Amino acid sequence: MTKFTTRCLIVVCTLLAFSCKKDDEPSTESLEKEVVSNYAAIVYASYEDSYNTAVTLQQKINAFVAAPSAAGLEECKAAWKAARIPYGQTEAYRFYGGPIDDANGPEGLINSWPLDEVYIDYVKDMPDAGIINNIKIEITKAKLDSLNQAGGDTDEQSEVNVATGYHAIEFLLWGQDFNANGPGDRPYTDYVTGGTAKNQARRGQYLKVIAELLVEDLAYVKDLWAEDGAYRKTFTSQMTVKTALSDVFTGLSELSNDELAGERMLVAISEEDPTKRQEHEHSCFSDNTHIDIQMNFKGVKNVYYGTYTRVDGTVVQGRSIAEVLAKQDKERASALDATFTATETKILAIPAPFDQAIINNVDKIQAAAASLKTLSEELLDGAFALGIN
Amino acid sequence: MRTPFCVKSYQLILGMLAGSMLCVSACKSTEADIQRASAEDKEQYSGGDNLTSNDLSDNAFGKQANNITFDEGVLFVVGNSLFQSNWVTAPSSVTSLDGLGPLMNQSSCGGCHFKDGRAKPPATETATLNGLLFRLSIPGTGVHGEPVHDPVYGEQLQDKAILGVTPESSVRVTYQPVSGQYEDGTIYTLQKPVYELYNPNFGSFHAGLMVSPRIAQQIPGLGLLEAVAEQTILSFADETDKNKDGISGRPNYVWDVVNNKTSLGRFGWKANVATIKQQTAGALQGDMGITSSVFPASGLSESENELYSSLPNGGSPEISDEQLNKIIFYVQTLSVPVRRDWTDKDILRGKYLFSQLNCSGCHIPKMQTAGTHTVSVLNNQTIRPYTDMLLHDMGEGLADNRPDFLANGQEWRTPPLWGIGMVKTVNKHTNFLHDGRAFSLEEAVLWHGGEAEKSATDFKKLSATDRVSLIKFLESL
Repeated sequence: MTKFTTRCLIVVCTLLAFSCKKDDEPSTESLEKEVVSNYAAIVYASYEDSYNTAVTLQQKINAFVAAPSAAGLEECKAAWKAARIPYGQTEAYRFYGGPIDDANGPEGLINSWPLDEVYIDYVKDMPDAGIINNIKIEITKAKLDSLNQAGGDTDEQSEVNVATGYHAIEFLLWGQDFNANGPGDRPYTDYVTGGTAKNQARRGQYLKVIAELLVEDLAYVKDLWAEDGAYRKTFTSQMTVKTALSDVFTGLSELSNDELAGERMLVAISEEDPTKRQEHEHSCFSDNTHIDIQMNFKGVKNVYYGTYTRVDGTVVQGRSIAEVLAKQDKERASALDATFTATETKILAIPAPFDQAIINNVDKIQAAAASLKTLSEELLDGAFALGIN
Repeated sequence: MRTPFCVKSYQLILGMLAGSMLCVSACKSTEADIQRASAEDKEQYSGGDNLTSNDLSDNAFGKQANNITFDEGVLFVVGNSLFQSNWVTAPSSVTSLDGLGPLMNQSSCGGCHFKDGRAKPPATETATLNGLLFRLSIPGTGVHGEPVHDPVYGEQLQDKAILGVTPESSVRVTYQPVSGQYEDGTIYTLQKPVYELYNPNFGSFHAGLMVSPRIAQQIPGLGLLEAVAEQTILSFADETDKNKDGISGRPNYVWDVVNNKTSLGRFGWKANVATIKQQTAGALQGDMGITSSVFPASGLSESENELYSSLPNGGSPEISDEQLNKIIFYVQTLSVPVRRDWTDKDILRGKYLFSQLNCSGCHIPKMQTAGTHTVSVLNNQTIRPYTDMLLHDMGEGLADNRPDFLANGQEWRTPPLWGIGMVKTVNKHTNFLHDGRAFSLEEAVLWHGGEAEKSATDFKKLSATDRVSLIKFLESL
């Protein structure tokens, strides 16, 4: 081969490579735009799943309240647990002032904890406590809505005496948890007129109303993210791609470090007195906190890899941050792959129920939290590598 | 390596140019003028090297200090959680967070200091209060020089309560317009608030009741203010106005509950609290009804106690020292947002005017923290808080007419200005001053009276362009 042809080949190859790139591989910018639109699709799908599973929960609750039975209560509990699966994954879309938690965002009404349980119903040694047992308070949607705002301006988030959301429903289904190895065991007869506790019909009414409010609040968020939803439009076409991605990364890093590792794991084990630790957990009535933690992590993973498996098994998939980062910095991307895998292993290693783990398996919780912190830092470094602040 | 040099000399020329331009209007050009009109080295790092954050999102007030250890980071995260978490009525499954009320103003620190930021007055006459509280007292002073609490309603009005308990009273807020004029003829209108406490639920108020409205302030930087040496603060004082500039800042000396002695007051609108620990424990007790080792009593007055002492509480005390210390550490290590556009020509002009109008006479731009604070990142930092932490007579217009230790009814502590430009981003409002009555930074300047009267008058004499520059400078803080 002559020098000339070699040179020629190099030129041709370079040209080919260049044109290849042009034809098949989009520019980083258009790739990032696709990442943003795939993100929006995932957000919508998971909110829609959250909404649908909440509707099922509401139907089960309505049926149970109409004809209370032990089996009916179990069905409600199962529906509640099912509803937590998609919702837990949506928490990766918080912390940047999107529809879920901007000034009008219903996050506090949907998922607030710890719950002011004695504000709602009887607790141990206080049989007359709560709105349910205060017959002067009418239990209607409007009334509970206004009580929720008891401490706050309507235009600001405030969680004074929050009496609604998943955890209020959880409390009314399971009751307080005084069992070392199991969840709360509220008898279904709390809902049977003349059965256990007082004001059974009011309790049923309360449960129905908060289920309805949960469905409405989720519909609000879901609709803003729908294909023609106002926020979806802003996010995918009015914001710059970098701003949108910056929000995406904020959600990921805040959830993995501050909220999940911090609030939900380290805070739980921070109390030096272990007897005070128990129940300082997200879903303390149902002992479902381990699932909350797993789903929060899954939410972060979904967004990073651009994939969400819907409740019905179908998969929403598209261009991902992982892909863009790998293109920019292969080493960083594989480091993140490894951290995701390690973190998942450590989270799954925390034994359930969490209220026992926070007493007996502090090391496992610390290890998972430390890994989440690393994950958060690597995600932020990744964002920086992509020119996102 | 040529570029930095070019930039530097360009800035110098710009600075000199600005200096000579100012010379025309101010008729005196000194080295100091040129200095003030140009950007200083590291000027943007309001909270020094360790406590300045680059986050300019709506979480700008919630960032932890740089250079803290991993363990301190955990303290911060847990403290943050406790700061934002709702306390709940006792007894509750989450035993570490129960004990709310029975009377209260809010159920979490973050409920008033939303996103670690500043509250605003209620949007309508009878809207729920969210971060605006009313200190109450009657004539006289207590054994330590403190205000005497209302015998029935205590130290502050608690407008909320747990279920089954009656809140103390309702409050109505209305505004009366007060108009004025700039020298160039432009008219402005301020809103003077009128507060009416109505429906007192525990009998009528004391005939001599004094009421002081106070809005929740943003938190970042408090640790640094605690770390400033006492003699640094005292060096700003000029009680008898020896330098004849009309400004006579003086320290408040207050009862320090934590150390059981009289100490220099640093925190609160009247510098009526000496330590972050007392401020935090006081807010827990007064605002949320949470007892602590610092304030072990319920905070209820005798008549309220008669009614509610049998209600379940969240333990004695309701917050453990461990938890309390984490909240304090969190508060101490919240970083101040970095300045924006500090080299902008208009903003530098504003900075120069801020100094020309002697706003900097009280809002001291720069100082050094001492090296003795227990939280090491707070030590030896060059900070730019824009406060002297002293009391000043602010005139009748702003007076609450309620003394607080040495502060009389017209005196207020100079509030720090760092971070004020980010309130709009974080809290979505621009309400300033002790009760949020100023609806913009401009209104806040115009409310200044008393010792600041001359500065405010000079502000009114400025051209519209210069007024904008001054405000832009404040917004860049």
